Amino acid sequence: MVYLLSILVLAGLLAGLAILLSLAESYLLDYGICTIDINSGERPIQVEGGQTLLSSLYSNQIFIPSACGGKGSCGHCKITVTSGGGPVLPTEKPYLSRQEVRSDVRLACQVKVRQDISVRIPEEFLNIKLFTATVETTRELTYDIKEIKLSLNEPSEISYLPGQYVQVEAPLPEGPVFRAYSISSATSASNIVELVVRLVPGGIASTYLHNLSVGDEVIFTGPYGQFRLNEDPSVELVCIGGGCGMAPMRNIIYSLYEKWPSRSCRLFFGCRTRRDIFYLEQFKQLQQKFPAFEVVYALSEAHGDKQWDGERGFIHLAVDKYLEPGPKRQAFLCGPPLMIKAVTTVLKEKGVDPEDIFYDEF
Amino acid sequence: MTETPALIIFIAAIFTNNILLTNFLGMCSFVACSRQLDAAIGLGTAVTFVLSCTTALNYVLYHYLLVPLGLEFLTFVVFIAVIAAFVHFVEMFVERFSPKLYFTLGIFLPLITVNCAILGASLFMIIRNYTFWQSVGFGVGGGVGWALAIVLIAGLRQKMNYSNIPQPFQGVAVTMIITGVMAMTFMGFAGMVSIQ
Repeated sequence: MVYLLSILVLAGLLAGLAILLSLAESYLLDYGICTIDINSGERPIQVEGGQTLLSSLYSNQIFIPSACGGKGSCGHCKITVTSGGGPVLPTEKPYLSRQEVRSDVRLACQVKVRQDISVRIPEEFLNIKLFTATVETTRELTYDIKEIKLSLNEPSEISYLPGQYVQVEAPLPEGPVFRAYSISSATSASNIVELVVRLVPGGIASTYLHNLSVGDEVIFTGPYGQFRLNEDPSVELVCIGGGCGMAPMRNIIYSLYEKWPSRSCRLFFGCRTRRDIFYLEQFKQLQQKFPAFEVVYALSEAHGDKQWDGERGFIHLAVDKYLEPGPKRQAFLCGPPLMIKAVTTVLKEKGVDPEDIFYDEF
Repeated sequence: MTETPALIIFIAAIFTNNILLTNFLGMCSFVACSRQLDAAIGLGTAVTFVLSCTTALNYVLYHYLLVPLGLEFLTFVVFIAVIAAFVHFVEMFVERFSPKLYFTLGIFLPLITVNCAILGASLFMIIRNYTFWQSVGFGVGGGVGWALAIVLIAGLRQKMNYSNIPQPFQGVAVTMIITGVMAMTFMGFAGMVSIQ
């Protein structure tokens, strides 16, 4: 009897509390319909309040770059909120400089829409679109890296700059997550997008992409990215990558030689052992076709590997060895943070202006 | 024992029987959230509100539901459920009306749920056989006392930013020491009023 009674009392109490809470929630967390004013009246949109600015804009087909998917850990989703954004939150402070705080720059993923709000979004963000595509081929480049070729369905063409990236939507039971991948195919092929994906153990998006088979549908947004290729043909381009940081460079190099066949360009690529190497043959062919192109691969764990005739040791050592100081250069780096740091130091020693060094860190 | 007026209990709960400085309950958020004065004031207010409301509510539930039905063994579960629901309510309230405070308090707002001061006050009220109004006085006083203590310590810690503290004592260590000193100074109030 006492058991039944105690169960009844507890259940009744908890149900009562739950009802009270959901009543409070519907009253307290209801912000009604709010208006987001974009670029002073250019494109006003109506959204339901209470969500973050990032997701409100997303549901209205405005895609702000966000590599972390709205967790407030990448700092890419910076936009200017001119009114209605509330105070700058402690979660945003690490990503904003003092000057940015003064000029109302905010992280779109942290600002909640609680009232009518005015924002300024750069024109290039407004050009970002949502694409649906079909997997055309998948190819294993190494034991853990796959090349995935997507052919675009809707819209059927993408225009982007070399070095830019897309964000692939990986479906999860609790809602989709987005992860950034650089486009590795040349920009002239406007109806396909190729990605180079390394399988990260436990990685959400890389597992999803590796498990795709031909004919599957993929959704992504893009293009994103700040890199601008120097249009002056006398400037030498230096691409330095490590691990699987190859995709943006492949895109940049192929696009470069389509436009300037005699432009000088070097590619340095570092990985651990011979079984991590990919695309080397392709680049060697490119080197024969365009003499101004030079490719250097270096293996960091090739001790005792007699068949390897290339460079040994970390990639920044190879850069130090091959790069003579002097000519004006633009550098694009892609790889793990330690590699970026080491290579940046070497490049500065070789006289490359820090403003001409761009990198994708992962 | 003659019945102590609720007002006396209220004052005693702030000064002589401060739940933090004499019982050392609710220490975790006290140490962690006392770096900035405004966050301390916010958390103190939230704790006061939750403490006052839950003590009164728990009194009613205990004496009019659990005791008549002979279900005193459910006390802990019921108290925690009530506290959790209340904290959730406060969380929504703060998010709506002060987003900045909401983010400043961060994880400590939901953690009020397991703030021992709050459950402690509800349990003291039962052990000490308080009447309803005594419980209300104790709840509000306990909350104000806790808030007073955290605001005082936050003020001191902000001042300490400019003082030269030996390295091993920096941070939590010196906070614990000054909390002890503060508890001793509060002993100066002893004899002003007394409750059990």
